Amino acid sequence: MKILVCISHVPDTTSKINFTADNTKFDTNGVQYVINPNDEFGLTRSMWFKEKQGAHVTVVNVGGPETEPTLRKALAIGADAAIRVNTPATDGFSVAKQLAKVVQDGGFDLVIAGRESIDYNGGMVPGMVAGLTNSNFVNNCISLEVDGTSATVIREIDGGKETVSTSLPLIIGGQKGIVEESDLRIPNMRGIMMARQKPLTVVDPISIEPETASVSFDKPAPKGAVKLVSPDNLDELINLLHNEAKVI
Amino acid sequence: MSVLVYTESEKGSLKKIAFEVASYGKAVADQLGTTLTAIAINADDTSELGNYGVDKVLKVTQSDLETFNAKAYAAAIQQATEKEGTKVVVLSSSVNSKYLAPLLAINLNAGYASNVLEAPSSTSPFVVKRTAFTNKAYEMFQINTEVKLLGVSKNTFGLHENKADATPEDFSISLPELGVHVESVDKASNKVSIADAEIVVSAGRGLKGPENWGMVEELADVLGAATACSKPVSDLGWRPHGEHVGQTGKPVASNLYIAIGISGAIQHLAGINASKVKVVINTDPEAPFFKAADYGVVGDAFVVVPQLIEKLKAFKAQQ
Repeated sequence: MKILVCISHVPDTTSKINFTADNTKFDTNGVQYVINPNDEFGLTRSMWFKEKQGAHVTVVNVGGPETEPTLRKALAIGADAAIRVNTPATDGFSVAKQLAKVVQDGGFDLVIAGRESIDYNGGMVPGMVAGLTNSNFVNNCISLEVDGTSATVIREIDGGKETVSTSLPLIIGGQKGIVEESDLRIPNMRGIMMARQKPLTVVDPISIEPETASVSFDKPAPKGAVKLVSPDNLDELINLLHNEAKVI
Repeated sequence: MSVLVYTESEKGSLKKIAFEVASYGKAVADQLGTTLTAIAINADDTSELGNYGVDKVLKVTQSDLETFNAKAYAAAIQQATEKEGTKVVVLSSSVNSKYLAPLLAINLNAGYASNVLEAPSSTSPFVVKRTAFTNKAYEMFQINTEVKLLGVSKNTFGLHENKADATPEDFSISLPELGVHVESVDKASNKVSIADAEIVVSAGRGLKGPENWGMVEELADVLGAATACSKPVSDLGWRPHGEHVGQTGKPVASNLYIAIGISGAIQHLAGINASKVKVVINTDPEAPFFKAADYGVVGDAFVVVPQLIEKLKAFKAQQ
């Protein structure tokens, strides 16, 4: 089985979000980048397929050279090869088009991406790759088993979960649950050394007319001060929620 | 030309988000000077859509669409879009709508904006405001394609009444080959889901152990609320993953969010700050959650929560 894991290079979850260039660009100053958490769960699941079922795992990112440390980290975790499509990730549709080309050229059976990136939260790339490559698609995946060309997937739904059966080629939108937080792997020294020897192929992008564009950004207004209620006067809390906030 | 909204239903009844999506669609239709059509799949009574500006309802009643399938539902909305000559299609932010949206976007060659907060600030060029960076920022987002697909954030645009006819019209769908088949659904029917809840009661590590969740569930019961938890609690296995809310868990956009024994890490706050009113109960007055909350109680959850339950019961009895 040939697996492609899509890796988005995103600001660490604790990052302060700021913008520059008249609020049109994300301010990368002082920001630490990580593998998108939703992608890392899928990458970790792919390691299981590699170790138990002999799968070959390639990681891919659409982005400039600055994203290579993130790809090297994925190699250090255990992926066999990496591909970087050499173009800035401007919008979800363009990224999906670039990835669809990689999927088709590489003949991948299983593509695992995160349900969304934690930066732009577009939530569209895995589904669009599925649409563009005419593959099966399951989103919000919290469990994935593959047997030959059949797959059993559990997806999270509002208020519960649903088990579906499908077949390869398959695109997965993964999230926490596909592996547990405690299953995530921290690269060890051997992994980091080996990652330096693994192939990281830079491929040229295809030309795409973007469908959407970011115009500008803005931050929520600072919140007013909290109203403190004494623990001895909870009637006042109920009164405020009922008469002031009108939520109960 | 009319704007098309996909109005979701469950077990034959339209969901509340269907009316919010219709309200949003009506605002866009007014901006574009056109009418509003809804597509409803296996919904019994769609007349209430007429209270929210829907002129016409394409009613699909097919047993092969009984269980949700993203590809099938995307095909249904695509066929409705083509029939109506629609240029703007509006969906909700439910798990199912977010699942089908990218498939639909590719089928329609439509640019897609998710997590949309407000009616378009301009229709030419077409620009909408959406959330990004997990609610830590807003993005003004331009769609350049002829057909536009919007996913509207829950509980933000709100319900806006507008009288219209909601004239029903039967509509049948030809299904593509599906490729994905539902084997089983595991859903607690007696519990409010976090996605549908008006009120969410959430607790964190401050509760010390899973055996102490009884009072959280009781408080949720009294309020008709869903229960949720912080990331450490789900990672420790005290509560199921489906209850984890925050940046890597579920997003919450309820009217009221009550956080008990949750310190308020930046990742947690990002996931819940689309909620309208936030209440925090914590022993530590320095907990970051107090900076994000509207109302706060500095106190021991094991003392405060049982008292709050009793007082709420008395309050509810008077209502």
